[in-house]
Amino acid sequence: MRSPVGRRTRRLAIAFVFLAPSLALFAAFVFVPLGRTLYLSLFFTTPTGRLAAFAGLDQYIELLTSALFRSGIVASTLFALYAVPFGIAIALLLAVLANQRLRGINFFRTLMSSTIAVSAAVGSLLFLMLYNPSLGLLNYLLSLLGLRGISWLQDPGMAVVSLSLTTMWLVLGFNIIVLLAGLQGVPEELYEAAKLDGASGPRLFFRITVPLVSPFLFFLLVVDTIQVLQAFTQIHVLTRGGPIDATRTIVYSLYLDAFQNFQFGFASAQAFVLFLIVLVLTVLQFRYIEPRVHYQ
Amino acid sequence: MRVGRARRALVYVLLALASLAVVFPLLLALSYSFMTESEIATYPPPLLPQAPTLDNYARVISTIPIGRYLVNSFIVSTLVVLGQIVTASLAAFAFVFLEFRWKTALFFIFLSTLMVPWEATIIPNYMTVRDLGWLDTYQGLAVPFMATAFGTFLLRQSFLQIPRDLRDAAVIDGAGPLRLLAMVVIPLARPALGTVAVYGFLSTWNQYFWPLLVTNQTLMRTTQIGVVQLRFEETLRWGLVMAGVMMIALPTLALLVIGQRQLVRGLTAGAVKG
Repeated sequence: MRSPVGRRTRRLAIAFVFLAPSLALFAAFVFVPLGRTLYLSLFFTTPTGRLAAFAGLDQYIELLTSALFRSGIVASTLFALYAVPFGIAIALLLAVLANQRLRGINFFRTLMSSTIAVSAAVGSLLFLMLYNPSLGLLNYLLSLLGLRGISWLQDPGMAVVSLSLTTMWLVLGFNIIVLLAGLQGVPEELYEAAKLDGASGPRLFFRITVPLVSPFLFFLLVVDTIQVLQAFTQIHVLTRGGPIDATRTIVYSLYLDAFQNFQFGFASAQAFVLFLIVLVLTVLQFRYIEPRVHYQ
Repeated sequence: MRVGRARRALVYVLLALASLAVVFPLLLALSYSFMTESEIATYPPPLLPQAPTLDNYARVISTIPIGRYLVNSFIVSTLVVLGQIVTASLAAFAFVFLEFRWKTALFFIFLSTLMVPWEATIIPNYMTVRDLGWLDTYQGLAVPFMATAFGTFLLRQSFLQIPRDLRDAAVIDGAGPLRLLAMVVIPLARPALGTVAVYGFLSTWNQYFWPLLVTNQTLMRTTQIGVVQLRFEETLRWGLVMAGVMMIALPTLALLVIGQRQLVRGLTAGAVKG
């Protein structure tokens, strides 16, 4: 007979065998690197990434006092503020439209959610074509309306908007799929009852639909914010951080400093700040927005 | 919602317009891929090719090794999917069917990896892969992504639905944990495994930042890097770029059509719990 302690250890050992492949990979590519990011950020580094001298918090101080970093924060914030709420709102409208019991509805749902299969690189190239100042279709459509063409990517104020539009299109498929699932959980009787009470279109939407899918809206808020703050490809293909650093978000800035300027220590400080921002934002969202979510 | 006959036509029109608006950039790219460069440059911008030509596709093939890129992306995505299926089903099995200490704590360690943005660890990860001599290799592209907290979570939810009786019957028959996993659990959790596979394949195929960093040789590049290269040819040819776009987007769009049901069901299961 084995002792209870021995059996407990054996059980843990068996479980560990099953968990080991995942844990080893997470250790190697998530936890240890996160620690190394912090460690690297405390040192000045050589162009190959070797530690040159202890910097302490110097690089953080340099970062937080630099105008470039402040404009990076502004770029990331604007990007998230444009792309996330509007991206979710448009997806909600389309999902409501597609939430009908009609013949062939799955065909329309597949088309509307198709951008989930489109890569950021492909989506960015498509929008690069649409944004083209002379040949692009967007400026042609504006001219049909009698409006002047827009310098989508050349104007510093407009570039973030253009990035956000591209990103909204890229996340649209995922957002629609999630919201359709949410809408299908809303009991039809609720609508019938509200209609009997004389409620109509917009009132039904704001009084019933929005509160009942709010858990899904919250899920998208958290996930989309994290995604937008990590966006790289769109910026690399469309603007390369320009014009005049208007789209040099935190991620793009850390890419430039690490892999173009070879300042790995300084770039690591930015990477760690990015981690902290995502962490704090997610905690804040759970703290202040989740209590307003209506769970059935 | 049920709609009256009178409103049905209107709803169809709106659905058609909305769907068209969403897929419009892809349709335009498809159309451009069959146009000559001079046709694309005409004003007003043409919507459909006058005389469709395959020249752009031929030129993509002669400009970049697109076949090699497709093979590379296919190999890397398949490796990641296989790795994720193995690691995630082993881990999810332990979380559902095994009793052991620190189970909750270990599960939280898994979930906490979702909170670490890949970009926040990309510099040390690049150094690791470089120091292992894995730059320009398939393992350098694939191994960092072979474990998945999202997939483990999804499989856990699916394993939880397996009736206890089935599992107890297998145990009475003398099945050890590994046999239980292979003979009972995996066959019953096929839909969730399908979701993990489709999602893993799509997200790996569509990666850009990581392959950009860890590949330098032309022959080790992946599709996404290859197609963006077309943009930076000496003269920017839109027809060429859009033909390239079509060639690398088609596999994932086809996968979406085939795997849509699976993907939708799996992703929404994740969202409900989120």
